[in-house]
Amino acid sequence: MAKGLRSRKKQRLVVLSTALVAFVGAVLLVLLALGGDSLSLFLQPSEITEKQMAVGERFRLGGLVKDGSFTRLEDGLTYSFEVTDCVADISVTFKGLLPDLFREGQGVVTEGALNGTGQFVADTVLAKHDENYAPPGTMPKNAAACTHPDTVES
Amino acid sequence: MAGELGHFSLILALMLAVTAAVVPHIGIRMGDRRLMALADHLVYGQFLMTIAAFGALTYAYVTSDFSVVNVAANSHTAKPLLYKISGVWGNHEGSLLFWVLILTLFASAVALRGKELPLRFRARVLAVQSALIVGFLLFIIMVSNPFLRLDPAPLEGNGLNPLLQDPGLAFHPPLLYLGYVGLSIAFSFAVAALIDGEVTPLWARWVRPWTLTAWLFLTAGITLGSWWAYYELGWGGWWFWDPVENASFMPWLIAAALLHSSIVVEKRDALKSWTILLSIVAFSFSLLGTFIVRSGVINSVHAFASDPARGIFILAFLAVVIGGSLTLYAWRVPKLAPSGLFGLVSRESALVLNNVLLSTFAAVVLVGTLYPLAIEAMGGDQITVGPPFFEYATIVLMSPLVVALGFGPLLAWKRGRISRAMQILLPALIVALVVMLGVTWEYSSGYIMTAFGLALACWLMISVMLEIAERTQFFKNPSRAFARAKAVPRATWGMSLAHFGVGIILLGITVSEAWTAEKLVLMSPGEKVSVEGFEYEFMGVRPIAGPNYTAVRGHFRVAEDGKHLVDLEPEDRVYAQPPMNTTEAAIYPLFSGDLYAVIGEAAGGDKWSVRLYFKPLISGIWLGAFLMVLGGLVSLSDRRQRIGAPKGRKKVTAGVEA
Repeated sequence: MAKGLRSRKKQRLVVLSTALVAFVGAVLLVLLALGGDSLSLFLQPSEITEKQMAVGERFRLGGLVKDGSFTRLEDGLTYSFEVTDCVADISVTFKGLLPDLFREGQGVVTEGALNGTGQFVADTVLAKHDENYAPPGTMPKNAAACTHPDTVES
Repeated sequence: MAGELGHFSLILALMLAVTAAVVPHIGIRMGDRRLMALADHLVYGQFLMTIAAFGALTYAYVTSDFSVVNVAANSHTAKPLLYKISGVWGNHEGSLLFWVLILTLFASAVALRGKELPLRFRARVLAVQSALIVGFLLFIIMVSNPFLRLDPAPLEGNGLNPLLQDPGLAFHPPLLYLGYVGLSIAFSFAVAALIDGEVTPLWARWVRPWTLTAWLFLTAGITLGSWWAYYELGWGGWWFWDPVENASFMPWLIAAALLHSSIVVEKRDALKSWTILLSIVAFSFSLLGTFIVRSGVINSVHAFASDPARGIFILAFLAVVIGGSLTLYAWRVPKLAPSGLFGLVSRESALVLNNVLLSTFAAVVLVGTLYPLAIEAMGGDQITVGPPFFEYATIVLMSPLVVALGFGPLLAWKRGRISRAMQILLPALIVALVVMLGVTWEYSSGYIMTAFGLALACWLMISVMLEIAERTQFFKNPSRAFARAKAVPRATWGMSLAHFGVGIILLGITVSEAWTAEKLVLMSPGEKVSVEGFEYEFMGVRPIAGPNYTAVRGHFRVAEDGKHLVDLEPEDRVYAQPPMNTTEAAIYPLFSGDLYAVIGEAAGGDKWSVRLYFKPLISGIWLGAFLMVLGGLVSLSDRRQRIGAPKGRKKVTAGVEA
C-alpha cells in the first residue's frame, strides 16, 4: 500500500511536470510571438498619421472604400482606391483579384505597408465571412460626416 | 399561425425541460424509481415540442411567410428550396433553435438507448441535459425569438447572403452543431458522475462513442467549411485562423484529447478526474464557440454592447454552466476513487502526452483569439493576431505530437519498451531523415520547414503502416497476415485510418504551401498561359442566367504536353437580392494537384483578368480529413463500442451469438 502510494505520487509528479513544461513552453511561445511580427496593428486612415507608421511596417488598414475613388491602373491588374474613415483618406494600391464583397462605399480590410510616397500598398484585401460578420474596424470614426451605405446601422 | 404554434411549442418544451431538470434529482433523493423513470418521457416530450417549433419555422421559410421577422430578414421568394431550408439555421435565432433541437434529440437518444445504464444514473444525466436545454430555451424565448412578427409584412424578403447559397455551406453549420451538441452528452455524463461521485469504466464506455460521434461531426463540419472557403472565396486559401474558424477548432482539439483520454479510463481505469475535466472543458469550448460566433463579440467589443440584453444573458449563461461545473468539479473530484497506475513509458503516458499537447494547443488558440478583444476592452489599440502566431504554435506543439503518434500505438499498456518500438519504427525514421536531407539538399535553405513537414508526414504514414504490419505479423508470417488482420478489432483499424489521415493532411498542407504556382494575368480569347506545365487557353466568356443570379462564365481549355486535359469554366456571379458578386472557382483535381481557375473582371477591349493556380497535393487535406472521419466511423461500428455493449457480451456468454 505504502509503495503503491509512493508510486502514485511519483506518477502524478511526472504527469504534472510534463503538463507544466508544456504550459510554460506555451506561455513563452505566446509571449515571444505576441511581441513579434504576428501581431499587427489595426488602423483606420486617420490613425496612420497619429501613430507615425514607418515605411514598410506592416499593419492592417480598415475603413470604407471612398465613393468615386476606384480606378484600375494601366496594367489592368492593379487597382487603386481610397480608404476613408470620414476623417482622413489614404490612397491604396492592390494588385490581384478583388474579393467578391469589394465595392465603393462599403467596408474593407486590407493588409500591407506604406511606401515612400505615402501610399498604402496592400497585398491582401480581406473578404467578409458572412453578412453578420463585418471585419472589425471598418466602422468610420466620424460616422456623422459619412454618406456611405455601410455607415447605416442595421 | 404556424409561427404562434412554434412559439407555443417552445414554451411547452421549456416547461417540460424545467420539470425534467428537477424531478429526477428529487426521485433519486427519495429513491422513487417512478420519478426517475419520468425523465425519459419528459425528454421525449421536449424533443417532440422542439421538432414542432423547428417545423413551424421551416414551414414559414418554405412558404416565404414574411410576416415573421426572421424569415423576412433572411429569405427571399426567388431562392432555391434548398437554401430556403438552410436559411432556417443560417441566422442567429434559427441556429439556436437548431441547437436545442439537437440537444433534445441526443437526450432522447440517451433515454432510448441507455436502458443498460443504471436508472439512477440515466435520470441524473437526463436531468443535467435538460438543465442545459432550459438555458438555451430561455435564451431563445427571452432575447432571440425566431417567431417574432412583423407588421405590416413586407412583400419580399432580404434574401440570404449569396456566399452562403452553396451546398457546402448549407450543411456546414448543422454538422458543426451536431458536433458541438454531441459534446453536451459528455458534459452531462461528467456532471452526473461528479454528483454521484463515481467514475467507472462503464462510464467511459458510454462517453467514448458520444465523444467520437461529436468529434466526427466536428471534423466533417470543419472540413466542409474549409473546402467551401477554398472553392468559393476564390483565392485558394482554405484556413485563415479567423476567430470564427478558431471557435470551431478549439472544441475539436479538446474533443480529440477527450477521445483519447476516455480510452485510458475505459481500458485502464486511470486518468479519471482529468477525463471528467476534459468533458467539461470540451463542452465549454462548444458554448463559447457558438456564442462567440453568434453574438458578434468577435467583430468588436462594441458590437457586443450594441445588444446588451443578449450579451448579458450570454455572459450569465456561460458563467453558470462553465463556472458551476468547474466548481462542482473542484468540490467533488477528490471524492473519486484514485486511478490506476502506469509506467513512465507506456501507452497511458503516450496518451497523456497527446492530451497535454492538444489541450495546450487549444489554450494557445484561445489566447490568440481572445487577446485582441482583451486589449480592445481595456482601451488599448485595435490589433489583430495574425496567422504567423497560430502557424508557429501549430509547428511547435503539433510536431512533437506527430513524433509521439508514431510510437504511441506500439507501446504496451501499463509498461512499454521504447527500444522495441524504435526497432519496429526504424525504417520510418530512416525514410523521414532521407526525405528531410533530400529536400534540403535539392532546394535552398528556405525550404527547411517544408523538409521538416515532409519528414514528419513520412514518419507518421510509414509508422502507421509498420504498426499494422506488426499487428498482423505481416513480415514474420505473411500467409497468416490476412487472417490476423480480420481478427484485429475495428476500433484499432479506425485508429490507424484516422492517424494515417493526419499524415496525409500534413503532406497536403506542406506540399501545397511550398509549391503552389500562381499566375495573375490579363487574357484575351485565344491567348495561352502556362502554369507548372499546364497550358491554359482562354476561349472567351459568355453570359449565364441562374435561378436568382446572372453570371459571366469564362472558358479555359487546359492541355498538358499538348494533349487536351479538361475544360475549366469559372464563373463570376451577380446576385439580385441582396446585390452581391460571388466567385465560383473552377477546380479540377488531379492526382498530382488541383488545377484552379478564377475569372475576374473585364479589363477593357476583350481582356479579362484571370487568376490561375496549380496547387500540388492540396486534395490531401480533404482526403486526410475524409480518412479521419472514416476511421471514426469504423471505430464506432466496433461492437465493443456499440452503445449497450455490456448486454451484448452477456448474450455471448449465454451462448447466443450476437
